[in-house]
Amino acid sequence: MSVPRFWRKLDSRYNLKGTHCVECGEYFYPPRNTCVNCRRQGQIEAYRFKGTGEIVTYTVIHTAAEGFEKQAPYTLAIIKLDEGPSLTAQVVGSSVNAYIGMRVRSVFRKLGEGGERGMIYYGTKFIPVDG
Amino acid sequence: MTIGIVSYGAYVPRYRIKIEEIARLWGDDAEALKRGLMVYEKSVPDVDEDAATIAVEAARSAVARCEIDPSRIGAVYTGSESHPYAVKPTSTIVGQAIGATPVMTAADFEFACKAGTAAIQACMGLVSSGMIDLGLAIGADVSQGAPGDALEYTAAAGGVACIIGKKESEIAAIIEDTYSFTTDTPDFWRREGMAYPEHGGRFTGDPGYFKHVTNGARGLMEKIGTKPEDYDYAVFHQPNGKFPSRVAKLLGFSKAQIEPGLVVPKIGNTYSGSCLMGIAATLDQAKPGDRIFATAFGSGAGSDSFSITVTDKIEEIRNRAPTVAELIKDPIYIDYARYAKHKGKIRLS
Ligand SMILES: [Zn+2]
Repeated sequence: MSVPRFWRKLDSRYNLKGTHCVECGEYFYPPRNTCVNCRRQGQIEAYRFKGTGEIVTYTVIHTAAEGFEKQAPYTLAIIKLDEGPSLTAQVVGSSVNAYIGMRVRSVFRKLGEGGERGMIYYGTKFIPVDG
Repeated sequence: MTIGIVSYGAYVPRYRIKIEEIARLWGDDAEALKRGLMVYEKSVPDVDEDAATIAVEAARSAVARCEIDPSRIGAVYTGSESHPYAVKPTSTIVGQAIGATPVMTAADFEFACKAGTAAIQACMGLVSSGMIDLGLAIGADVSQGAPGDALEYTAAAGGVACIIGKKESEIAAIIEDTYSFTTDTPDFWRREGMAYPEHGGRFTGDPGYFKHVTNGARGLMEKIGTKPEDYDYAVFHQPNGKFPSRVAKLLGFSKAQIEPGLVVPKIGNTYSGSCLMGIAATLDQAKPGDRIFATAFGSGAGSDSFSITVTDKIEEIRNRAPTVAELIKDPIYIDYARYAKHKGKIRLS
């Protein structure tokens, strides 16, 4: 990942910042500037997600991508946030194996690093609410 | 003018390693170590945790506890001896991650284990002068002890954040006064680029910890005219369980006064988080009107002492974020191999 590309999305990665359409009530993550339902009638506002949700599906990664080697094996999951949208993120810090329907909440963690000399990428991961 | 703690938040990683497990690897006597150190297990960061992520978690907890608008925070100061970057302030990451940016000042502090309390003092100054509305001071570390070194038994991870303000209706604990005692003492250091610190053997006890903590503590009590028996609780920097217990006795504080804040036996030395973790654990159970005496120590060396009185506000904010006891319970125990991986002691290239 390039430094400028990461930096442009930094605030939405750190703080789960998305958008919300006041007109129809739909939430968007990543943020959208127009509502898919209401088009030009939509009224979009910034929204910070609560960070709670549940696992829709998951997989355990053993062969990690570059910059993630030290974290393998790790659990990568699709998480449905309570407000509606889904996102892909790591689930960490669990004493039990992940399962579909597991309740999770967001935490601030290191996503990866650009080698020894490169930037450290921070962002959102999830931990189980119980266990 | 009244200055004080508007809110506080703590964070301790969930992983622990027992003294027995470290001693097993090096062939040391675990029972003798536990008796000598009064430490039984220590916290270990996850593979993706560092001083910045710990500082953010503690800061978010502090913001959640008092429900203030983070844009009111005019200064973010993070004290640590394990800042993830040599150049690039941890405090910028924290400021962004709690929504306090962009109109704020920020800097990182370093003073071994007392960088967090030095940050509190700086915030007190800025708040009382009117330069800022609220200040956020953090002590957070993922401390390193070289494999096989005595420090490896206690070097742990954790952090505490305090929001400092002066609106009387918002203060949960009044800081009545603070006093510092500093000299150039070679008890502990780490050179740039080195992975592990060095300690100056006989310097670590009497000329380091005990001299600075006793002089600092007595200095503050003399300055404001208080005695140990005027306080309900006391917290002293806890590199192990033995030092704070001994220094409390030397100063005339009782075991009962230090007991609620003595968290080191279960989590180890959280360095910049150490004394603040004790203060947080004490605030978790103190009642309005209770007085807390606290002295942080940092090698190099110096101490910062604080005289604190808890207000009615504490009852309102206390349960909005996890207490230290809640953070400590339900740990995941790991073996030395996993510990080595978590701490990055295994190099892949
Ligand atoms: Zn809409």
